[in-house]
Amino acid sequence: MIEVQSVIKAFGNRPILKGVNLNVAGGEFLTLVGPNGAGKTTLMNIISTLSRPTAGRVRVAGFDLAHDALAARRQIGMVSHKTLLYDDLSAGQNLRFFARLYDVPDPQARIEVLLRQVGLWGRRNDPVRTFSRGMQQRLAIARALLHDPPVVLLDEPDTGLDQHSAASLGDWLGQAGVARRTVLMTTHNLERALTWGHRVAILANGRIAFQADRSELNADRLRAEYDRIVTRR
Amino acid sequence: MPYLRKVLAIVAKDIAAELRTREMLSSMFVFSLLVILIFNFAFDLRADNQAALAPGVLWVAITFAGMLGLSRSFILEKDRGSIEGLLLAPVDRSAIYLGKLLGNVLFIAVVEMIILPIFIILFNLPADALPVLVGVTLLGTLGFAGVGTLFSAMVVHTRAREVLLPVLLFPVVVPVMLSSVKLTAAILDRVPLSEVQNWLSLLVAFDVIFMTLSFMLFDYVLEE
Repeated sequence: MIEVQSVIKAFGNRPILKGVNLNVAGGEFLTLVGPNGAGKTTLMNIISTLSRPTAGRVRVAGFDLAHDALAARRQIGMVSHKTLLYDDLSAGQNLRFFARLYDVPDPQARIEVLLRQVGLWGRRNDPVRTFSRGMQQRLAIARALLHDPPVVLLDEPDTGLDQHSAASLGDWLGQAGVARRTVLMTTHNLERALTWGHRVAILANGRIAFQADRSELNADRLRAEYDRIVTRR
Repeated sequence: MPYLRKVLAIVAKDIAAELRTREMLSSMFVFSLLVILIFNFAFDLRADNQAALAPGVLWVAITFAGMLGLSRSFILEKDRGSIEGLLLAPVDRSAIYLGKLLGNVLFIAVVEMIILPIFIILFNLPADALPVLVGVTLLGTLGFAGVGTLFSAMVVHTRAREVLLPVLLFPVVVPVMLSSVKLTAAILDRVPLSEVQNWLSLLVAFDVIFMTLSFMLFDYVLEE
């Protein structure tokens, strides 16, 4: 569902990604961990079509991003550490706006379903700026799933959330039906990466330095691999 | 037409956001009013120098107020991270340009519609010139906002964006300013538009050429 082949990304003379190869199969949940500056967000930006690779090829849901970025965007829902919402608009206005951009059929019904799922139906007329960070992130999840995308990208969705909200993030995503989609998530939290992902990969120094199925891993081994790779940098 | 629907969705979103805060319109209006008032008080306006000074004053007010609106157009989107939400949507980049352009033109036009009658009264100008003046003002605004929307998106990733936007924009929109001032002066002097046809042609040509160029280049501008 997501195919990343030999992707290189450089800003000027500074290479960030140095030939990343990564595949996420349909229905799989892959978590990507790595230290700050490893290139996780850069990779997510490329897969989400926000940025173009310097070299290499990316396909999402069968669409080559170099030629069919517009079609690929319909297949992708993204939740980031930024909410990607308009603070001055209400929750309902935000979702109605994005529903129009994504040509969502029967948007009112879809918006009601999603807002109820993330527990914000009662606050649908309130401006987003009056929401707590956790509520904003719940609305961001609703925005990302509005067009029912088969591929979901979660770019450090737990950043900025308090401990309770971060722990509840999995429930919100579950309630909104993320589990039946193909998911690629970046996080700094190794425990969360291991618990949520079917497979865990470590991105370090612009390359995928390690990947393994959850069945082959436990918390201690993942921590040991992570420390070994990050220390070696 | 899905394309047009998306353009209008972006315009409607900008209007809804502005109606919630009224930050941009109020600051643009107060600023343009101040410019007109200050110039009105600063110059000793007599009947013989009014016609010479008034067009320049009007376009200084419109340009600086417009600059306020243009600079906020993408800065707010960038600072709040919402621009990425917009770019992630399956929307042609040119639709984003058109939506933002229409929003910018609308906001500047609203301010113009309020300050034009005030300008006419304060500078003791012929009120019957207002309808033609509105037409020329809108033509000038289209050219100014057409390039300004593109440049606003260009500088949004830079640090000194508030300074950089006018520095980049003013040299490019010199033809718009010149022709708009000349046409405004002709209208206030009751000179037939046929006698200033070349300025009108320049303004229309600038609008068409630069809006088309901006429309085509916008996709590249949004790349990081």
